[in-house]
Amino acid sequence: MKVYRYGDNVDTDVIIPARYLNAPDEKSLASHCMEDIDAQFAGTVEPGDIVVAGANFGCGSSREHAPLALKACGVKCVIAASFARIFYRNAINIGFPILECPEAAAAIRAGDMVAVDFGTGVITDETLGKTFQAAPFPAFIEEIIESGGLLKSLKTRGVAK
Amino acid sequence: MGMTMTQKILAKHAGLASVTAGQLVEGRLDLVLGNDITTPVAITEFDKAGLTQVFDRNKIAIVLDHYTPCKDIKAAQLCAQARSFAQRFGITHFYDVGQMGVEHALIPEKGLAAPGEVITGADSHTCTYGALGAFSTGVGSTDMAAGMATGLAWFKVPSAIKVTLTGKPGKYVSGKDVVLHLIGEIGVDGALYQSLEFAGDGVAELTMDDRFTIANMAIEAGAKNGIFPVDARTRAYLKGRVDRPWEAVEPDADAVYEREVIIDLSALRPTVSLPHLPSNTKTVDEAAGMSIQQVVIGSCTNGRLKDLQEAADILKGRQVAKGVRCIVIPATQQIYMDAMAQGLIQTFIESGCAVSTPTCGPCLGGHMGVLADGERAVSTTNRNFVGRMGPVSSEIILASPAVAAASAVVGVIADPETVMGGTQA
Repeated sequence: MKVYRYGDNVDTDVIIPARYLNAPDEKSLASHCMEDIDAQFAGTVEPGDIVVAGANFGCGSSREHAPLALKACGVKCVIAASFARIFYRNAINIGFPILECPEAAAAIRAGDMVAVDFGTGVITDETLGKTFQAAPFPAFIEEIIESGGLLKSLKTRGVAK
Repeated sequence: MGMTMTQKILAKHAGLASVTAGQLVEGRLDLVLGNDITTPVAITEFDKAGLTQVFDRNKIAIVLDHYTPCKDIKAAQLCAQARSFAQRFGITHFYDVGQMGVEHALIPEKGLAAPGEVITGADSHTCTYGALGAFSTGVGSTDMAAGMATGLAWFKVPSAIKVTLTGKPGKYVSGKDVVLHLIGEIGVDGALYQSLEFAGDGVAELTMDDRFTIANMAIEAGAKNGIFPVDARTRAYLKGRVDRPWEAVEPDADAVYEREVIIDLSALRPTVSLPHLPSNTKTVDEAAGMSIQQVVIGSCTNGRLKDLQEAADILKGRQVAKGVRCIVIPATQQIYMDAMAQGLIQTFIESGCAVSTPTCGPCLGGHMGVLADGERAVSTTNRNFVGRMGPVSSEIILASPAVAAASAVVGVIADPETVMGGTQA
């Protein structure tokens, strides 16, 4: 799985520019994903690829279209030093894996081959031959992810009708 | 251990005697909000999950404000989807073209936010209602769907930064300058996962419109919410708008803050954020002279009556500089009418401004003022990210209505005092 690498404060306006929010279908979102920060991304990303970034990934607008666009591109997960809180919430709520790990975010280079074990939170950079431990999710959030997203977990719990 | 305002409100809505920072709680919602971009995604998720009921049709607000009046066919389809959902469930607070305004100006104006309440909105600037002493925060569309179905949301109880305001701001210093200065001090992730809790004798010097502007941009420092104490000005604002009972919440004397930031309002200068981050702040003195092609005065940050008054004071009897386009957007129909009654709209049009019906339009590069390659705008909006208002080569400088109006007159970034020289108090 190859890695796309970006810096700090990757905002939702560059993940999916507002001019494309009038077409919230997966195919359209995927075709414009990351367009304003990396025009090559949508054309070269392959299912299973990983996005690595610095601090405050996904800052700005609350648009869930941002994690949806990355998910629709087949991105396996985002590894970042930290996430903006609404992006963090949205990713969990739609069942899109994100890993907070400043050490991995600092070390992994663009193009490296990286493997991720979501069960343990262990990130392995096979190119560098290094492993990193991501912060674990609290049990409550783990339950949402395991249910396949927030709405499914609410149905499972019988809270939503 | 003492609690902050935010912690107290969350504890109460979670049915707990107390909460501590980091705790995960499920809280009762007093209002769930969405707009024409986020609501359709929420509806799709709502239907996909097979949900068939909303928790309370009187506690959901849907405001069609971003691409409206609809800019193209795709936007019209999104609005149609939201309209049909609102009709299906008899949503009381559904605001369509003609009644709608920019959501975060409209919701307080309609009395839909009150002190002590918990509000989530599928729009990041939902944090605006913290100006009224509510806990309000932005979420995504799935959260909106879950909130509409259950009236509940999960929250990680935030720790807090105390922002103590002292002194009285100078003539051309407004809430926008305060919040841009704060973001410049702590950074765009300076309050990540935290609440910004405002305090100090300087709060009393700020109008409600100033406080809305400050709370609105809490998200630009990464904050979960920004919240102000309730005082005489808050009560005066709520009178005649909110008739249900509400409760003002004060922080405990021994509330725990991760740190304190002190801002002397009297020492602030008009402040701008240069491209491409809100934290890239300079005083107007440092930025003066930068060229601009467009000025935008409006948005959920600065489209309220006081903002329009401050801009009109500067534009009155003057002309927008040649080569500059100035777009003024009153945030709600009520603000539009009030501005008209006060002669502000006439002033804008006589000065050569274009005045628009309420819309978020240009703030997100949606419509009504999109930039061309290499163009630069000074805007009273909230984000100056790459590509926000046009192509990636376009630029946005964030500023107050006074700085935006002065810049429109001079044709470059300008200090309001330069334009008003000699007429200041």
